[in-house]
Amino acid sequence: MLLRLLVLLAALCAPVLSHAQNLEELIQRLPDGGFGERAQVVTEIGRLGDPRGAYVLETLLEGELHQRNADGLMMRVTGRRGSEQGFDALTAEPLGPVAARTTTPVRVNNALRRTIRTSMGVLTLRHPDPARRAAAAEAAFRTPDAEQLEPLTEALAGETDPAIRRALAQARAVTLLLTDAPLAERLAAVDIIAERRARTVVAALTPYRAAPEPELAEKVAETIAAAERRLAFWGAAQNVWFGLSLGSVLLLAAVGLAITFGVMGVINLAHGELIMLGAYTTFFVQQTIRTHAPELFDWSLLIAAPLAFVVVGAVGVAIERGVVRHLYGRALETLLATWGISLILQQAVRMIFGPTNREVGNPSWMSGSFAFGEMTVTWARFNIVIFSLAVFVGLLLLLRYTRFGLTMRAVTQNRAMAANMGVRTGWVDAMTFGLGAGIAGLAGVALSQIDNVSPNLGQSYIIDSFLVVVFGGAGNLWGTLAAAFSLGVINKFIEPWTGAVLAKIVILIFVILFIQKRPRGLFPQRGRAAEA
Amino acid sequence: MIKRHLVAAALATPALGLLPAGAQVEPIKVGVLHSLSGTMAISETTLRDVMLMLIEEQNRKGGVLGRPLEAVVVDPASDWPLFAELSRELIEGQGVSVVFGCWTSVSRKAVLPVFEELNSILFYPVQYEGQESQRNVFYTGAAPNQQAIPAVDYLMNEEGVERWYLAGTDYVYPRTTNQILERYLLDAGVAPEDIIINYTPFSHSDWQTIVAEIAAFGGTGRKTAVVSTINGDANVPFYNELAAQGISAEDIPVVAFSVGEEELAGIDTGPLVGHLAAWNYFMSIDTPENEEFIATWHEFIGDPNRVTNDPMEAHYIGFNMWVKAVEAAGTTDTDAVIAAMHGVAVPNLTGGLSSMGVNHHITKPVFIGEIQADGQFEVVWETPGLVLGDEWSDHLPESAPLISNWRAPMECGNFNTETNTCGGSQY
Repeated sequence: MLLRLLVLLAALCAPVLSHAQNLEELIQRLPDGGFGERAQVVTEIGRLGDPRGAYVLETLLEGELHQRNADGLMMRVTGRRGSEQGFDALTAEPLGPVAARTTTPVRVNNALRRTIRTSMGVLTLRHPDPARRAAAAEAAFRTPDAEQLEPLTEALAGETDPAIRRALAQARAVTLLLTDAPLAERLAAVDIIAERRARTVVAALTPYRAAPEPELAEKVAETIAAAERRLAFWGAAQNVWFGLSLGSVLLLAAVGLAITFGVMGVINLAHGELIMLGAYTTFFVQQTIRTHAPELFDWSLLIAAPLAFVVVGAVGVAIERGVVRHLYGRALETLLATWGISLILQQAVRMIFGPTNREVGNPSWMSGSFAFGEMTVTWARFNIVIFSLAVFVGLLLLLRYTRFGLTMRAVTQNRAMAANMGVRTGWVDAMTFGLGAGIAGLAGVALSQIDNVSPNLGQSYIIDSFLVVVFGGAGNLWGTLAAAFSLGVINKFIEPWTGAVLAKIVILIFVILFIQKRPRGLFPQRGRAAEA
Repeated sequence: MIKRHLVAAALATPALGLLPAGAQVEPIKVGVLHSLSGTMAISETTLRDVMLMLIEEQNRKGGVLGRPLEAVVVDPASDWPLFAELSRELIEGQGVSVVFGCWTSVSRKAVLPVFEELNSILFYPVQYEGQESQRNVFYTGAAPNQQAIPAVDYLMNEEGVERWYLAGTDYVYPRTTNQILERYLLDAGVAPEDIIINYTPFSHSDWQTIVAEIAAFGGTGRKTAVVSTINGDANVPFYNELAAQGISAEDIPVVAFSVGEEELAGIDTGPLVGHLAAWNYFMSIDTPENEEFIATWHEFIGDPNRVTNDPMEAHYIGFNMWVKAVEAAGTTDTDAVIAAMHGVAVPNLTGGLSSMGVNHHITKPVFIGEIQADGQFEVVWETPGLVLGDEWSDHLPESAPLISNWRAPMECGNFNTETNTCGGSQY
């Protein structure tokens, strides 16, 4: 009797013992063999269902799983080079500092990472953290495994969050298609999958185009066709969006030039370098924040923008007072002088900051993207479009409703009469140039987020700025707006057909031909003052 | 530049003390022709620094043939015609015996006529497209069979890639490499609609359209990879846009041939983790020679955060080979040194021995590495042995029958084995 009881007890304990033994045994096999063998071990860990397995797999995914050389113990090693700390891989118990080269890392490559995510998905389907459950559902959708059907069905039954329910339902649907479930269920699964974003629908359903059942194959073909129609429509919309974002960059770069060239008639070839100075101001602000107040990093752009406006505006005023003032009416000399200033500015920056590129980081609100319909809109570009429109509107309001704007317009229309009315034309000239420069500085702040910050930054934008101003009509801000956005959209519509290099050439030829017909641009200034 | 001359002269002075009293010792001038400004400065500035370090180390050992070495550094500023002007200035004006320089293939093509006309020697340390073998040039960088082809093999076999997006900067190296790769992929059975080739200008910064095209191309459910021959600082906005649009290395891996530790040093590598590069050397490779090299480098440059990369190892190998050849020939005269160079073998930094072939290319191991969060590479695959550079690609019909042998009596860089004629000099 006692013997039978003992045998029964042993039989009950055996699965628990072999459970624990299996994970330890599996984890010891991880360092051996190549990536293929490691992937198999990872899949087995996933199937075990042991919750400690998730911790092990996460450690492996981060590249932090090591094996101690002395005794073969598997551990997690984290921390900066030189001050690594060790933890037991199974129990997470701290093991103290780890000396260099006393452990061997377990290598991971991309294929293995995918397998780990799938296995982790299975283990974290019921995780208390909703973000982890959502990630698990997503991983299960991307790499469906027929063995996961039951855990997915169970998880779906117990899930309360509606968004995760949808994700789980879709993951379950794509897993169902792998099995030989009844046709009706599989047809329903296709419908569930069709609710996802079109690109993932096409990716998930393409293998089933050639399904043996004609009904299923037909339904799959229909669903894919509908998804592709959506993709085509949103593809065109995406080109418009790309064009708008390119246009906003051109607008920012050109509107400062529109003021100096359009309003004052001064050809300022140093305009690109003024943009570059704005970008370097951002770099300087970020460096200061990084060393003294790292928690303010997300505010770095908001601090840098007014600072860049003031600093670069001051440089602009200095250029005007120092050089340009003496050359009014002599366009060629102004061109040469400002070109010389651009070289001086480039070399000065090269000497102070070095000739190599500088790292300007994106604050968290400028990173990543969001989905709009079937498009992916990046936050950086979206914020730059908003910013450029805000700058433009601000400028319009300045010109229209402030005293300074009034005097600026007066001096542009009729300098002599404005001077007779008591306007200090010299001061207005300096401030106008400073305003144009300040806006170039703001453009630099925005451009530092999407382009390299180097002494040559200005050279990439000077030609485009002049192109926009000439195309839009000098002296007219609305012309600049129209020109910037139309050039941007045209460029982005041509680019998929011809490539980036040819698209630029086509734009240039187009503008040259346009200027032949309308030499004053899209919206030229009219009136006696303009003809003079 | 003057400061560099003073530094080099100051370094050379102690070496003079090793020589017999009363000896008139003229230094041997070594030219360094790398861009220190412009779009390629991000990559080339560190090569000038490593050359200065190698010259200083050699002077510490007593120079070459009892004479100290003097570095002559010029800045061609990523301006390709300026490379040709400055190389003429170095050889004719300054009287250098050898030049270590160039990075982009367009800069190398620009200087070839100068080196041939003035009969000097160029050591070219960067991976390139092949289809060239000049008598006056020693190619210590990888030919396509030492970088591009093994990388494509890795993606096909280990990652199961079926669709290929070849993205490159618009100049000779990406164009020729993509020509070779396209032929290689088609011969391997890849359908033409599964290959897209796209070119962008230098310093291109608006990658939105191209990254969206990559996402669409790779969204059909079949594994897709990007083979990138993008050069210079256009790489930074490219990787940033990939990350911003949410494309991770696990979905669509990018293997780059011109992105190394130096290019990664200046950017946030978080979004790049998992992307690949193919080189013949990584800073993370653990050998005693590499450890010593890195320690010397950090001491010389005074900054423990500076990284080492493949072109630096190529200069290390090339420089040591040149020293060995000059000492074997007993003179810095170009023809003697070229003759002595064939067959010279020096240790590389990854535990092997690199030797110079008669085609002016060297033997190198091939490593595929994945970018890690700290800007280093983790080797995920390597060739079992060393591979000799094959400059005339066997995959293109016009170059398959060509061989190069600069040893007497053949002395031809493009001998056609079918017609038994030498093609002669061509750039």
